[in-house]
Amino acid sequence: MFRKILIANRGEIAVRVIRACRELGITSVAVYSDVDRASLHVRKADEAYHLGPAAAAESYLNIEKIIKAAKASTAEAIHPGYGFLSENPAFARACADAGLKFIGPTASAMQMMGSKTHAREQMANAGLPIVPGTSRPLQSPEEAHEVAAHIGYPIMLKAAAGGGGKGMRLVHEPAQLNSALDSATSEAQRAFGDGSVYIEKAILSPRHIEMQVLADEHGDTVYLGERECSLQRRHQKVLEEAPSPFVDSEMRRRMGEVAVRVAQAAGYTNAGTVEFLVDQEKNFYFLEMNTRLQVEHPVTELITGLDLVHLQIRIAAGEKLPFTQDEVRIRGHAIECRIYAEDPDNDYLPSPGKITLLLAPSGPGIRRDSGMYEGWTVPIDYDPLLAKLIGYGTDREQAISRLVRALNEYFVGGIKTNISLFRRILQDEDFHRGRVDTGFLDRLLGSMRSEVQAKDARVAAIAAAVFAHLDAASASTNGGGRASADETFSSWKRLARLEALRESSQ
Amino acid sequence: MLYDVIIDGENHRLELDRPDGGWRCRLDGFELRIDAVLARPDVLSILIGGKAYEIKRERVANDMHLWVGSSRYAVEVRDPRSLRSRRTGASTDQGPKRLLASMPGKVVRVMLRENAPVEAGQGVLVVEAMKMQNEIKSPKKGIVHKIVADVGTAVNAGDLLAIVE
Repeated sequence: MFRKILIANRGEIAVRVIRACRELGITSVAVYSDVDRASLHVRKADEAYHLGPAAAAESYLNIEKIIKAAKASTAEAIHPGYGFLSENPAFARACADAGLKFIGPTASAMQMMGSKTHAREQMANAGLPIVPGTSRPLQSPEEAHEVAAHIGYPIMLKAAAGGGGKGMRLVHEPAQLNSALDSATSEAQRAFGDGSVYIEKAILSPRHIEMQVLADEHGDTVYLGERECSLQRRHQKVLEEAPSPFVDSEMRRRMGEVAVRVAQAAGYTNAGTVEFLVDQEKNFYFLEMNTRLQVEHPVTELITGLDLVHLQIRIAAGEKLPFTQDEVRIRGHAIECRIYAEDPDNDYLPSPGKITLLLAPSGPGIRRDSGMYEGWTVPIDYDPLLAKLIGYGTDREQAISRLVRALNEYFVGGIKTNISLFRRILQDEDFHRGRVDTGFLDRLLGSMRSEVQAKDARVAAIAAAVFAHLDAASASTNGGGRASADETFSSWKRLARLEALRESSQ
Repeated sequence: MLYDVIIDGENHRLELDRPDGGWRCRLDGFELRIDAVLARPDVLSILIGGKAYEIKRERVANDMHLWVGSSRYAVEVRDPRSLRSRRTGASTDQGPKRLLASMPGKVVRVMLRENAPVEAGQGVLVVEAMKMQNEIKSPKKGIVHKIVADVGTAVNAGDLLAIVE
């Protein structure tokens, strides 16, 4: 077993891995950029090394600096978390070259899955189900028209190097194809430095279901059940659950077996996820393989009783899988809410800033993986994910009711978050029936707000007046009532400043 | 004391007094039995006719929201005796328009220079935060009178970025 591990990440996932290290008696090493000195992962780790400026390219994405920190700390292995360098084959290779164990798959397995077109080709060759379309980047608009006509509209354009919805376009008819091709290509070029796109048949109202796999370095691969990830916005997942309400045990077995074959075809080791698109008739198609630990791994941990980060570390240390496929049991139901620093009043745009108040939920069936704390300033430089709230229950209904209860207890002050969104999701009738697809969230946000809202409006009105009354009272007793009076003053000042600017511009 | 409270766009009139340290409350003319304790700054424990609520106050820039459980309400409080209203003047197409940052972040691109003509809906500059880019568009046709925040400027939500005339 390793003595010391460096975690090449930040935020809640770095904290998650540090906790696992501590549980296994391994010394943890954090790395941080200028703006993360006071971040939770640095506070929780046993050791910490400064990388450089806030820009990811000069810190968390800088292979050279991270390897240097690992050597300086005498770490034996590196856990990449998710995002940043986690799916970068050059990083895995650099680790190996420096004599450090990369906790994840080999560079070659990563490389094969990194190109979506290449992965599609390999999987088609292995006889696995893929969405009909091309397996090579398109060479010309003429070829695009030809292929699209052949597989039939609607079609989806996708970036070969892609992810996160960048360089992706839904095309309903031939007239739209040229302009969609142009915009997808330039977006892919900007996002990934590679403008190649390919065509897939568009599956309308699909579900996005993924299968967790785990492979040791001795040839054994198992699947640990699926996660339903259809609740997305701007192609980013918002809420995930396991098991999927749409998948029965027979379908789970078939998907699991395909996922294991996918992993084996790639010579895959460690934890990975095979993503599938599932149509209304329960046909499933290989979409891509994520060669890392997923954000949503806790839901699988809760329903299998396994600790995926412990297992990742054990596998990387050369241990054999401590169980067989037959011993994997799925029990209960788990749902994860991704708490983002986003402004619900402003189309869910980012809302970084200082957290002035944090009330955190706890109690039965609640797990919270968080990277924030009261008094911490959320930097503008990285992902808006603050924390994950996971509810577990003996069945789906109980998991939902525990989450609804916990969300009542959850509050983040000083910045805006998407917490209020989850109440709407969890109380939606279609969600309760398990009728979710990738269009669910946009439909929900497009609909009127629920009537639950009106019920407590009078309570809010009374509370607002009480707050105003108490503010005024404290302002008069302690000669200024520091916090609230200062804030009012500064917003007045700002208003005055804006007025002055308007005046001067007239 | 009298308070005019607007919750999600709806008006309520509150009368609050504190006889002997207790509370007397009238909501839209109806007398209610309430008790309130500030548990910590921005967290209120309130009893209304025996029902218990925990209310959290969210204050970001000039916005105020109250949370009753996980329901979130936009709130504005006015002192009816004050003639001054904080939200003045409905916006019209007349006069100069101020382009404000809709989120905190950094200005990463300025597409139009000062004195450049601009169409309604045309992008003037781009603010980036947390890997998201937000294009700030001109609300009207005119000319770019002033670029207040240039490339590299860190801005807060509501900060003035540019003026279109």
